[in-house]
Amino acid sequence: MSPNLHIAFRFLTAKKRAMLMSLSCIILGVGLFVVTQATTSGFEEFFIRTILGADGAILIQDKLQATQRSMAAGGYGSGFAIDLKEGVKYIEGIDDPEGLRHLLGDFGNVSGISVVLKGQVDIVSSFKTETVRVYGITLDEHLKVTNLADQIVDGKLDDFRNSLSGALLGREMANRMQLNVGDSFQLQAVGQLRRYKVSAIYETGIGEIDRTRLYLNMPEARSLLKKPTGASFIQLQLTNPEAAPVVATHLEDVLKYRAEPWQDHQKSWLAVFRALSICSGITVSVFTLIAGLAMFNTLAMIVLEKTKEIAILRSMGYTREDITRIFLWQAVIVLVIGCIIGAALGAGVTELVSRMPLPINGIFKTEYFIVSRNPWHYAEAMATAVVMVMVASLLPSRRAARLEPGDIIRGTAQ
Amino acid sequence: MTTPMAESTDHHVLRCEGLHRYLGQEEGRVHVLRGVSFSAERGQVYAIVGPSGCGKSTLLYLLGLLDQPDEGKIWINQQRMSNSSDADRTAARGEHIGFVFQFHFLMQEFTALENVMMPMRKLGKLPPAAMVARAHDLLKSVGLGEKTHRLGTQLSGGEQQRVAVARALANQPAIILADEPTGNLDVKNSTLVFDLLTRLAKENGQAVILVTHNPEIANRCDSVRPMRDGLFV
Ligand SMILES: Nc1ncnc2c1ncn2[C@@H]1O[C@H](COP(=O)(O)OP(=O)(O)OP(=O)(O)O)[C@@H](O)[C@H]1O
Ligand SMILES: [Mg+2]
Repeated sequence: MSPNLHIAFRFLTAKKRAMLMSLSCIILGVGLFVVTQATTSGFEEFFIRTILGADGAILIQDKLQATQRSMAAGGYGSGFAIDLKEGVKYIEGIDDPEGLRHLLGDFGNVSGISVVLKGQVDIVSSFKTETVRVYGITLDEHLKVTNLADQIVDGKLDDFRNSLSGALLGREMANRMQLNVGDSFQLQAVGQLRRYKVSAIYETGIGEIDRTRLYLNMPEARSLLKKPTGASFIQLQLTNPEAAPVVATHLEDVLKYRAEPWQDHQKSWLAVFRALSICSGITVSVFTLIAGLAMFNTLAMIVLEKTKEIAILRSMGYTREDITRIFLWQAVIVLVIGCIIGAALGAGVTELVSRMPLPINGIFKTEYFIVSRNPWHYAEAMATAVVMVMVASLLPSRRAARLEPGDIIRGTAQ
Repeated sequence: MTTPMAESTDHHVLRCEGLHRYLGQEEGRVHVLRGVSFSAERGQVYAIVGPSGCGKSTLLYLLGLLDQPDEGKIWINQQRMSNSSDADRTAARGEHIGFVFQFHFLMQEFTALENVMMPMRKLGKLPPAAMVARAHDLLKSVGLGEKTHRLGTQLSGGEQQRVAVARALANQPAIILADEPTGNLDVKNSTLVFDLLTRLAKENGQAVILVTHNPEIANRCDSVRPMRDGLFV
């Protein structure tokens, strides 16, 4: 052990009680920071997983059409023109999905492509009628861009795959229509009424989807909606969904179709989660702030009490830097202990919280508190504590180093 | 005026010239040292004597580079120290000077042994085991061989003073400055400490400068410098 560290240890042990305040604030600061980040980002990550599982990473829809308008102004031959801003017009739907699919095959990041035909229909059971959205899909294609396979809560996907009159209903829709697997119902669209059978029931946890979305096999959907060609949109999954905005921009340039990354689609919820996590981070950082103040106070006290020792050390050849280090070491020791215990506390409480029942349905589905066990949360928590405490320690440490041994010995140090 | 030539051929381990020191502020300002000149050779023991308040401690702090003179020059090992940087003076303190304070300060949270090892650990010239062995030897030679693991707070005033003497000797400094090192000691221990200091001065060629109110001790030194009102008389 370096002499400075050794001295720091002894100075600290002589002031245990004062240090305890700072230490416990560091422990609380680090621990609670970890817990709040674990829960807020736990919910955020779960939400993202849910929406990626339901809607994929990118939706390609609506053709872009540049409408460049320019207008000449001024007299004949005056030689200046005003270019109006380039305008863009959207044309709904995709007229050549297979051509697009072909182009998309060249994008390395794309891990799944599903062409979807969407239309509004009325669902009619013996019990009542409601308006729902039909999604015409090719099942195996769609399984690559969503978690549909995991979302099945009743029935079998194979029944859907093998029967043209099979349909997949959301949990809430099935409940409202009082339909079970195997039951039949009718869909009414474009002046026709057709009979279908419930092959399976799925649940994404997203209320809006589970209430209104009904899957049919593509050929059946085309025939029901009377749309023999084209598609409403193409859903993409990416190997790295985080990169969706970049990929989307690139896709727009190449395909001349509007490409919407999931981040845009779910902007408001994502902003809510971000705000929550920042809020709780700031709240919890108050502990670290107090830890810094307590450390400042304790060190300032030790400096006052140990002026004689500082003079002795200086008389023995300890430099000003040594004195600074002795006091900074004290902060480091408390920080290390605080961070270790705080991290352990954070991990422990995170585990406890993850076992707390918390049924949520609507934006996603869970029975328990969702936590994220991300090492970065620990790093962030500790970094905040280190910055606060070290900054607070700098002042007393430098003051200690500035003391003149002669002044101390004569008793005139100030 | 001394020429640089004279400085480098000087065989004194410690020398000062025309030291002035004022203490206090404004009306309270006192001219404590009024032009003190002094030099010390290796292997010699010097006694500075004089009435209380005449400036003995003040002089020792200047010679020990713990304080800066308002005027005058100090050389340690022929090196001019009075206008050198804080870092240089600190290094010189660690390597060439052993200081025994009048109010024998020990580091209270540390044992006698650790106190004695503290300057050695800073200098870092010995391996750790050798430091421990040397600290043990030094404590034994001041009669504290049995109390090496006592904390500063668990030692009597006289015992603390002897630990402070052992600590001042730890790095075998060329210069030992001791402000009343026997002030709190009984006859037996005064003699022990004084004999140790003189023996080391002779054996290792160290210069010992001590302040004392004890005429017997003063008489046994190689040289006695009486001081009055901030000047040697
Ligand atoms: N901070 C100060 N301000 C003003 N005067 C001071 C201050 N410190 C010391 N003095 C004065 O300086 C003079 C010398 O003090 P110093 O401690 O050197 O005396 P001393 O010879 O060591 O005395 P003693 O034998 O009692 O230890 C004293 O008259 C003292 O009053
Ligand atoms: Mg004195």
